[in-house]
This record gives sequence, C-alpha cells and structure tokens, in this order.
Amino acid sequence: MNEHQHDFKCSQMLGNLSDYIDGDLQADLCAQIEDHMKTCENCRVVVNTLRKTVELYEKSSEETDEIPGEVKERLFAKLKIEEYLNK
Amino acid sequence: MNERQDDATLDALRAGDREAFARLVDETSPQLYRTAMQILANEQDAEDVLQETYIKALKALPDFEGRSSLSTWLHRIAVNEALMLLRKRKTPMVSVEEGNPFNGEEESEGMEIVDFCCLPEGELMNGESRKFMDKAIQQLPENLRTVFILRDLEDYSIQETAEALKLSESNVKTRLLRARLHLRQALSGYFAEKVQKEKSK
Repeated sequence: MNEHQHDFKCSQMLGNLSDYIDGDLQADLCAQIEDHMKTCENCRVVVNTLRKTVELYEKSSEETDEIPGEVKERLFAKLKIEEYLNK
Repeated sequence: MNERQDDATLDALRAGDREAFARLVDETSPQLYRTAMQILANEQDAEDVLQETYIKALKALPDFEGRSSLSTWLHRIAVNEALMLLRKRKTPMVSVEEGNPFNGEEESEGMEIVDFCCLPEGELMNGESRKFMDKAIQQLPENLRTVFILRDLEDYSIQETAEALKLSESNVKTRLLRARLHLRQALSGYFAEKVQKEKSK
C-alpha cells in the first residue's frame, strides 16, 4: 500500500475483508480487524472505501437506464410487438 | 413493479395480452440489457441475450410460479443466457484460483489509499462516475467480473453464485474479494483528484 508500512496484520486482514463488510465474519476475527483499525489509518481507509465501492455499485444497479433506440426497435420487432413501440 | 402489479401483469400475459407484454418489455429491457452488457462486454451478444430472454420467458410463462417478482425472474433468465454464451465462447480452462489462494501480501502491493467516502453524493453518483464504474467492471478479468455481477449487482447469494458458475463457494468468495479490491482500486484512482479538490476548498 502507498505510504503504508506492511505489517503482518494489514495483509492478514485483507483476506477477511469481504466477509467483514458483508457481516459474515466470525466475531473474534471482526474484533481483530476493529482493533487493528483503531491504530492503522490506511487500513481504515481501505475498509471504508471497499464498503463504499460495493454500496455505490449496488445503488448504480438500481438506477434505470436508457436502452439504445435501435436495440429497442429490433427487440420489439423480434417479439412482434412493434405496434406498441413508444406508446 | 410491485406484487399487485405483478399479479395483474401475469394474468394479462397468460391471457395472451400483447399490450401488457409490450409494457413489461418496455419497463424491464433497459436493466436486462445493461446486465447482459456487463457480463458479456459485447453489444451484439447483449442484444441477442435480450431477445432470447423474452422469447424464453414467454415459453416458460405457464410454469412460472410467482415465487420471485417478474423482474427478478427475467433477470435470472438473462443471466443464464449470458453465462451460456460466455461458456460457448471460450475453451474450457483450469481455474487459476484453484492453485492460487488469496495472498494478502501480494494483493496489498501498490494499493491506493484515497478516502473518497467523504465526497458529496453528487460527485460519487453522477452520469460520468457511473460510466466509469461500468467501464471498470468491463475491465475486470472475466472470472472476477461474473462473480461480482451475480453477487453484488444481481443479488445472488454466495451459494447461488457458486451453482450458477459451477464453482466452489470458497472460490466464489476469493473471486468476489479480488473483484471488489480491483474495483475499489479503480475508484480510488478515479476519485483521487476530486478528493484533492474537496480538501482544498
């Protein structure tokens, strides 16, 4: 990690982070991570930004998108419902 | 679409109401197309999957028991179709992860430490950042991309993801962690400049 002194706990923690942010990690390992984060600013940033990354993607997947017009036209034609296009 | 709307739509679809079908296609196709694009990273393939999804759904409608919403059911069909196409595309290969367990030392090399959590919501979720996020997914290696899409975007459980991709659950977890770390790294780089700007305000 940039400007990050590696010690055993930082890299050891990394392997458990997905389970940790999903709330699936056993209590003693959670406590270890939380203890470590009290004194390690970099790991705190990694944990928080990892959680934020997943949150942002989840939110983004709920947003409604536009479909390219020609893709929609061909879809409606293929399904023989073109008379309802843009109604 | 809520549950009551689902029931009304389902009755109409089963009665062969083409207008109700067109409405369903209109409402659900943008999300399905996006999912197919994310998995396949190819416009033509995504379009094929989209068309095939509704054709399959129409055929399977008499067997649909309504245990999930119509939209979730359509997503599952689209994901299956997209995964089938992926499997057809490539020659089978031995999974790298089987003999390559997660190594925290290696994975933490060169990690970006940028605290972008503090950025305003409008900076984090605007059209430009969403485009970047989609691009970052498409740049993931395929074996990580499919796990991330199923688990984090399509809300499959670890077990369902493992079954859909024919992987062990521990393999799914390792891939998911790697995918999330890749994406965190990409977003850290993307948001770094904005964090600097916010700090200097």
